Formats: sequence, structure tokens, C-alpha cells
Amino acid sequence: MSARDRILGKLRHGAPSTVPALPDVASWFAGHRPVESGTEKAARFRHFIELAHAEVYSVARDNWTATLHQVLKARGIGKLLVAEGTPHGEVALDELPPRGVECSVYDMAIEAWKSEMFNATPASLTAARAAIAETGTLILWPDALEPRLMSLVPPVHVVLLDATKIYNTFYEAMTAEGWQDGLPTNSLLISGPSKTADIQQTLAYGAHGPKELIVLLLEGEQ
Amino acid sequence: MNAQPIHFKPSEGFRARSKAVVDNPFLRQSFRGAMDFLMSKRAAQFPDDEELQSLRSLGEAIRQYNLAKLPELLERLEANLTRNGVKVHWAETPDEANAIILGICQRHSAKLMVKGKSMVSEEIELNHAAEAAGVGALESDMGEYIVQLANEKPSHIIMPAIHKTKEEIARLFADKVEGVDYTDNVDALIQIGRNVLRQKFLEADIGLSGVNFAVAETGTLCLVENEGNGRMCTTAPPIHIAITGIEKIVEKLEHVPPLLSLLTRSATGQNISTYFNMISSPRKPGEKDGPEEVHLVLLDNGRSQAYADEQLRKTLQCIRCGACMNHCPVYTRIGGHAYGTTYPGPIGKIVSPHMLGLEATSSMATASSLCGACGEVCPVKIPIPELLMRLREEAFTAPHADPVMRGQGAGYSPLISGIWRGWAMVYRSPLLYRMATWLGSRFGGLLPARQGAWTSVRVPLRPAGKRLRDMLRERG
Repeated sequence: MSARDRILGKLRHGAPSTVPALPDVASWFAGHRPVESGTEKAARFRHFIELAHAEVYSVARDNWTATLHQVLKARGIGKLLVAEGTPHGEVALDELPPRGVECSVYDMAIEAWKSEMFNATPASLTAARAAIAETGTLILWPDALEPRLMSLVPPVHVVLLDATKIYNTFYEAMTAEGWQDGLPTNSLLISGPSKTADIQQTLAYGAHGPKELIVLLLEGEQ
Repeated sequence: MNAQPIHFKPSEGFRARSKAVVDNPFLRQSFRGAMDFLMSKRAAQFPDDEELQSLRSLGEAIRQYNLAKLPELLERLEANLTRNGVKVHWAETPDEANAIILGICQRHSAKLMVKGKSMVSEEIELNHAAEAAGVGALESDMGEYIVQLANEKPSHIIMPAIHKTKEEIARLFADKVEGVDYTDNVDALIQIGRNVLRQKFLEADIGLSGVNFAVAETGTLCLVENEGNGRMCTTAPPIHIAITGIEKIVEKLEHVPPLLSLLTRSATGQNISTYFNMISSPRKPGEKDGPEEVHLVLLDNGRSQAYADEQLRKTLQCIRCGACMNHCPVYTRIGGHAYGTTYPGPIGKIVSPHMLGLEATSSMATASSLCGACGEVCPVKIPIPELLMRLREEAFTAPHADPVMRGQGAGYSPLISGIWRGWAMVYRSPLLYRMATWLGSRFGGLLPARQGAWTSVRVPLRPAGKRLRDMLRERG
């Protein structure tokens, strides 16, 4: 008999005879979390992610690369990793090089350029799929065009978020989008730059992931 | 790297280790300060008591529902992970788990494994096993990295290096990390760790992680962290191995948000951790990063023993937040190392006997004042004080046939049991009671000045010269 069979056998033998009713998660959230307008959610999102040390800029839909350029310039960053083939990646590729920002793209598997990713990629730009107001959280679903390490390895991570895509809670986000029917290879909640308090409870940013998280919040009419 | 010996008999030396910490003002200060900090952070996250209590009830209901369906959910999890391309392994013992993990390392001729924070990997002593097999196992959580550099073990399940001051860490880095001068600036120390470990993430052949929640319906492994090392370990190396106890399963994805909220708010007083990382498959065709292989090791190690008893099963509701230790007056005074087990504090006392047997852990359940703080703060309402009472009973009553726990009766002493039986007899019989108190009032002065453990911190017991009944009679 395999370890699997032995473990399952012991558990089946020890299992209770009745299963309690399915917990009603939906009514708990309905009873304990407010319904808010888009403006209120955007304000709450901003409040909480700023508390977690992220920088948030309100930007216009047709001119966000100007703010992005300012953000990079203020930090002396001349090179940005962008996702070719995504709408925002294409806009960045069109508009940033003329302003003097070199744009690199993630066009091959990481094995071919791991060292460059870790040692010579100062900043990246990705989009967020959505966000959560309650905790000031960005939701990212990395994919073939915008791979996982883009939001992790570069010390400065810039995220573009459409303010109309802010949910009140994590629960609302996953149920509204039907996540239970299938999740991608990796899905992420990000709520600030990387941090640690492992040395004498003293908070320090930039533990292993990005030292800075910058959110460009797209507001106004689409 | 981690040369600390394996403690198979944590009960042995428990008193001596506790005394050593209580006698050390620096350690006392470290733990007191850290626990006060964590308690106030948690309290600030739960300003509304109604919300807290109803969320705890929901968390308890979710954990109990999922435990009741555990065998079925484990099979569903396995089926869905397998469909997603994740290889699932089962281990009854720490040795089996180590053999599975090192087998994967050897198949890939792995030299270096980077580890995200995983208490289950501590439970199986993976670092020793890896070292013996010639695989470097490097901890990458800052606290775990510090503890490993110092050849120690974590003293807290959430904040592993909580017993160390920044000056101690500064000296440790200056001594052990190449090319580093002494600095006790925390930002500078973290940057030193970051630079060392970044290179290792880049080079590592294997990334190892724990699991906070495994979702059966989607086949998803969820990881909670702040530093990003967990994401590094699960994304940068070509192979990812996750290890978890069999109890950390939920059926539905919607069970995750309430548990996540309870976990981060109870553990570190954060409304959410910086990262919540959900992994459902290895790299798919066309994707440009992520591991080519993902493995999950499901470990029993005594959990099925707790599972078989209705009361003890509640032990498995735990989501490993550490709030019970943060609020424990015993943990705060003796710290995590004194327990001699991987999991210290109240949760350690109720979970370790199932992993190590009561032979090795019989005194753990007695290291409690039963003040009830652990049960009151537990986010999933584990009745820890009740379970401590139950474990005392299991450990100290005479061995009987068909015990529910390994090592039942290990702490049983015929002499002590005989004394208590005599005591009970005296208190049940008015005649015997009168005789005993008469003897006590006449000959109490003959009691020795040293009365064992009692007089180690107290004045000796001396029965009064006159009994209460005598004084009442004199008064008429």
C-alpha cells in the first residue's frame, strides 16, 4: 500500500460521520462590507496602498506616459522593461523612446537573459487587471506577454491601473470575475513594495522584490 | 549550514532551557518588546469587536467544514493539480518527505535549493537532510536567513529572528557575510541580505516553499508573504517544490478571503500582506518564465492521529498565524527555543505531541497557566486551553489499551497517582479528613524547609497550629 493510500485510509477511518453546512461566506461579506461608489473605492484604494508605501499618481488616459517619464526621470532611470504586444506596452514603446527612455522588451524565455533581468533591469511597467479598495491591493494576472518576473525583479515597478476596475473586497473580485472556474498559471495580489520587519520589528522596504511600487491611476472617461 | 541537533525529546531539558531564558534580561526584553508590539498591531486591526467575533466564527466554520471533508478534498486537490500539470507526492513521515524532495533534487543534479519560509520544512529538518545529500539549502526569508547564519532555529513561526537584537545581527553579518563591515542600520542590513540572496535566486536549481492554503476546486497553492522571496523561490528557479501539511486545504476559492484576512490581521497586524501568490500550474507553452516543474508534497506526520478524535481534530483548524504565542504569558517569558520543538508556544504544545509522540512531549502541556488568552485570540477559535487539559490527561493517566495518542500515559507516575488517590480519599471521608488535619496541626513543624519545586520560588508550606474547626469551637 502506498503512503497516499495509508494516509487517506487513516483519514477516512477517522472522519466525522456528518459534514457541517457549507459556510455562508456571501452573507458575511454582504453584512460586513459597504457598497461604495467608484470614487469612494478609488479613494480607499489609494489611502491603503499609500499607507503601504506605494506612490500613486492620477493620470489622464491619453497622457499617462508623460507622468511615467517624470517618475523615471526623477529617479535617474533611463531604461524601462515593457510588455510588447499589450496595449499599454505599445503606447510606452511609441512614446517613451522619443523622450529619452530606452525601452527593453521581454521577448524571449528568461533562461536566455536571467542575469540581465537580475542585474541590469532598473524598472518595469505592467498593467493591473483590477484592484481591491479594502486593502489597497493590485490584482495582476501575469501571462505570456507580461511574464511573472516583470513585477518582481526590477527594483522599481510601475503599474497602470484603470480606476473603474476597483472592487471593494477580494471576495467581490474573485466572485464577480468567476475565478473559481479557472485560474491562470500565477495570479497575484500586490499591496505595496517588498518589505520586511524581521530585524527587531523595524520596517525596511526593498527586501527581495521591488523597492518602489508606483501606481498610475487612470481616471476620467474611457 | 544549520547544525542544530534534532530534538527528539523536547521534554528533556525544558525546565533548564526555560530557566536560562528567564535569567537572561536581554532575551526577556527582546520577547517582551516584540510581543507587546505584535499584540498592539493586532488589536489595531480589529477595532470592531462584532466584526472580529463574527469573522472568527466564519473562519472556524470554514476550517471545520473543510476538515470534515478532508479525505475527499485531498483527492480533489490531487486530481485538479495533476490536471494542471503539478506533480503531487504523499509522505507519512518526515523521512519520506525528505526522500521525495531530495529525490527530485538528485534527478536534476541540483546543487542549490533556495527556500521560502516554510515551517513544514523545519518540521522535517529538510536542511540537515539536504546537506547530508550534498544539496545546499539556503533560507531566503530575512529572518530565516539570519537564523540559519547563526546556526539556530526559528524562535517564532512568523518572526523567526525575534530573539535577536539588531546589534547581534550586525555582528553576525560582519562575521559571516563576505566583505561586509559592521553596521547596525536596519536598512543597510536588509540591503546586505538582499544582495547576497538575489545572486542565489539567480543561480538556484530548486525553489522550495510552504503553502498557506491549497484550494481543491481550482488546484491552486496560495502563499502569503511580505518580502518577495516566496515569489522568487516559486518563480525564478527551474523547479518549484511546495510542501504542506495535509490539513491546509479548502474546498472553495471563496473560503480563502476570510481566512487570509484573519491570518494577516492576527499574525502581524496587517490588513493584507504585501504579496498573495496563487500558483496553479507550471510554466505553460509560450510562457516565458516560471518553473518548468511544480511539485507538491503532502505531509501527514501525526496529523491523521489528531484527525481521528473529535476534540483533538480541532488542532488542525490552525492557520499558523502565531497570535496564540504573541499573547501567551509563558511564551513571552521563555521564548521559542525553550520548547525544543519546531512549533513553540500554545499551538506548539497542542500540535507537537501528535508529531513527536507524548513520550517526547509530556511536559509541554503543563507549561501553561491556562489563562485562556490563546483561545480568546485564536482566529479560528481553536479551544487551546481545553486541548491542553486533554493532553495532560492523555499524558499523565495510566497507560491503557487502545489509546488515541502515541505515547499515551508516558508521563504517568504510580507514586504521584497514588498520592492523589490518597488525597482524594482523605477529602471524601470526614473522619479521615479530621485525622489528617489534626496530624497536620500537631506535626506540621516537622515538614522539611526544602519542599522541592514549591520552595524554589516560594516560602515553605507550614500547616497552621490550629485548625479552623478548633478556632470556631473556641469561639463557641
